[in-house]
Amino acid sequence: MAFGRKKNTAEISQTDGGENAIANKEVEGLSQRQIVLRRFVRHRAAMISLFVLISVIVFVFTASEFHIGPIGWNGWWHYTTTDTPNLINCKNGAVGCPTLTITPGKGFGFGAHPFGQDDIGHDYFALVMRGAQRSLLVTFIIGIVAGTLGTVVGALAGFYRGTVDNVLMRFVDFLITIPSIIIGSVIGYHFGNLGATFLALYLGLFTWTGLSRLVRGEFLTLRERDFVDAARVAGASNRRIIFKHILPNAVGVIIVSVTLLMSAAILLETALSYLGFGVVEPDVSLGLLISKYQDSFTTRPWLFWYPGLFIITIALTINFIGDGLRDAFDPRQRRRITKKDRERATAIKKERKSL
Amino acid sequence: MFAFIMRRLGTLFVILFGSSFILYNLTAISGDPTEQYKFATDTRAKQELAALIKQLDLNTPPPLRYFKWLKGILKGFTGHIDFGMTRTNEFVSTRLASAIPTTLRLVLTATIIAIILGIMLGITTALRQYSRFDYVVTFFSFLMFSLPIFWVAVLLKQFLAIKFNDFLANGHIPIGWALVLSIATGFFWAGIVGSKRKTFYRVLGIAFAANFALLEFFSITKWFATPKLGPIVVFIFALAIAYGVTAISVGLEDKKSLRATQTMAVVTLVMYYPVNYLFKHYSSFWLLVGLFAATLGTAWISGTFWAKIDRRPVIRTAMISGGLMGVIVIIDRLMQTWTPYLQMDGVNGRPIPTVGQNDPLLSNPDFWTNFLDRAVHLFLPTIALTLISFAGYIRYSRGTLLEVLNQDYIRTARAKGLSERTVIMRHAFRNTMIPLTTIIVVDLAGIIGGAIITERVFGWSGMGTLFNNAIQGLDLNLLMGVFFCTASLSVLANLVADLLYSALDPRIRVGSK
Repeated sequence: MAFGRKKNTAEISQTDGGENAIANKEVEGLSQRQIVLRRFVRHRAAMISLFVLISVIVFVFTASEFHIGPIGWNGWWHYTTTDTPNLINCKNGAVGCPTLTITPGKGFGFGAHPFGQDDIGHDYFALVMRGAQRSLLVTFIIGIVAGTLGTVVGALAGFYRGTVDNVLMRFVDFLITIPSIIIGSVIGYHFGNLGATFLALYLGLFTWTGLSRLVRGEFLTLRERDFVDAARVAGASNRRIIFKHILPNAVGVIIVSVTLLMSAAILLETALSYLGFGVVEPDVSLGLLISKYQDSFTTRPWLFWYPGLFIITIALTINFIGDGLRDAFDPRQRRRITKKDRERATAIKKERKSL
Repeated sequence: MFAFIMRRLGTLFVILFGSSFILYNLTAISGDPTEQYKFATDTRAKQELAALIKQLDLNTPPPLRYFKWLKGILKGFTGHIDFGMTRTNEFVSTRLASAIPTTLRLVLTATIIAIILGIMLGITTALRQYSRFDYVVTFFSFLMFSLPIFWVAVLLKQFLAIKFNDFLANGHIPIGWALVLSIATGFFWAGIVGSKRKTFYRVLGIAFAANFALLEFFSITKWFATPKLGPIVVFIFALAIAYGVTAISVGLEDKKSLRATQTMAVVTLVMYYPVNYLFKHYSSFWLLVGLFAATLGTAWISGTFWAKIDRRPVIRTAMISGGLMGVIVIIDRLMQTWTPYLQMDGVNGRPIPTVGQNDPLLSNPDFWTNFLDRAVHLFLPTIALTLISFAGYIRYSRGTLLEVLNQDYIRTARAKGLSERTVIMRHAFRNTMIPLTTIIVVDLAGIIGGAIITERVFGWSGMGTLFNNAIQGLDLNLLMGVFFCTASLSVLANLVADLLYSALDPRIRVGSK
């Protein structure tokens, strides 16, 4: 099985009774939420990604200073983005190279400038941390704003149908014809100087359209289901039906597409900043850093590697988490049947026979 | 059906009207072109300001100005569409007309490659679900989803252009690289082919040895500096295509198809010198089109000659392999141009450029030099765009095929004893293509406006550059011109996708509502 193609159908059908037994055993006495959680925890790539993403978030947000309104803290890193300490010479004649050491023998060390310095001495670690903060912030704000808007619009259109549906969906059609990068550029070019938070809010106002279509479709099918009729007959109000009966069943679709939306959002933000339409100086963003230092790739490659590494790590982990969530929420997705499962299946079968 | 199309076209106009209205006003209120004159006091600045206001018609409020713009667009119904003037006093339509072909050239190749490769990989991973090959491809497709294109572009410029050009200077492949490349290739093929552990290692060994030997051969003969195929290698490739296409399309047991494709391979060999003579003396775009048509014609004759009944699959197989053989012959011709191209003034032995659409230093190049020049300029952007976009196709075609393979009719097809190839290619693959077609149509429409960042990174001037200039220069007419092209194409593509969907899948009826 290691490199093998799927076992042929005959072989699977032999163990079919056992397989159902596994499936039944798996969900015995568990609520929907527990089943989903269990499936998600079992998705190894998603769990690793979740761990990495949370570590990155904690690391990035504690490293550099962070302020939203009155709340905020100064980070544990001793340089800020505007400090210009003296350039440090390194061994091979280069100037300002990274001092980060991860060697198996000597262990882990930051050194004076773990990610190096740019041409005038800015500490690059501080810049990258600040940029990653901005990018993460933008990603999550877009996720929250677009997620909420998309869900509300989709739910209203799908539940009430008729005129409400028509009006809302035609509005979605208007927005969907304009590619997000065009909308983003127009907005970013004129509002980018207001800061990353505002940019993210505005972008969130325009990126919810795809999600709303999905949610609408989900609501359209769910509202025809028997349990909704039952709730209505029992005298539940529309509000109660929406929030207590339909929304919990649509939450899988919503969560999965919000994660995908967020991974697209970080790429959108970096792309806009790269084009000069997103976050603008003196603020820092990962896309802006790459755009600013791309020409120095041959002389100071670290100025190019680190921001890219952070963008990829964040986007990749969010993508994997989304994939894991989709597998967890989708009942059609069966887990791969391993040898161990088959043994367990025969054991269960025997147990039943002996009863 | 007719009523459906009419109704959809009606909605389409309303949507275009609405979204252009939103975008026009959004852009108009968000920037002020007169900002630089705000604090100006001297009379000259005031005159300039007055001229600017007159030129851009700023005294009319944006919603009304929009209708003036719309009037020009609506003239399109009489045949004279008027996009207005740019701020530099050029016709927007002229700018668009020069930008669209550039963008098409840039993005079309990449999109087609991405579609073909993505679907092929997606299908192989679906057939090898939960194998290590599947996991590796899945990981890489997620990685590609997460790559910012401007970042990839810089890496490609460094490693595929600058380093490759350095490498060409001596043409010697270091042994370490040859080993790494060969191992990677070996695992790739073994992952696709190997079903049992033994087969896996056998394929791994053979692919590794073959690839390594080939690379060493290239290294010793400095093949990359003077690449050539010649009639014999072309014939071997043609035979490989004949067998490969037949095996995938109808199965090797179909002797008629095999004969037909073999005939095509022999025709390729026989026609090699005559065609090259034609290439040398009468080369033009239309000659290529003519030869392509002739190839398809020959394939048709060959197919009808070998098959007396049930001709369609045989002819189709012959045509596909004939087309591919034609591509090999063209590649061979380009390779013959390679060495002289390297020595030209503008090239100087460094053929892979990092920026630009073509080499301005070439002094009146012939058809093939021009062809090759454009091809090498497409090299990096195409790779970058393909890398970014084909992950989506892999994921999508994999998911769809897996869903199709779970259907009852696949079980029926297997149960009645059809071969696995027939089940996959005839029953599963065709049904997988139905939802894929609609995605492809929408994607193809999207490419007109798609490559804003790629154009910037690789220094091309297509639609993306126009759009960039329009935003930075607050050039409303230019922006709306670009938007009009992209938006109308995208809504049209959605309509076409719906119609195609119903044409391909008889379960879906568009007319009834």
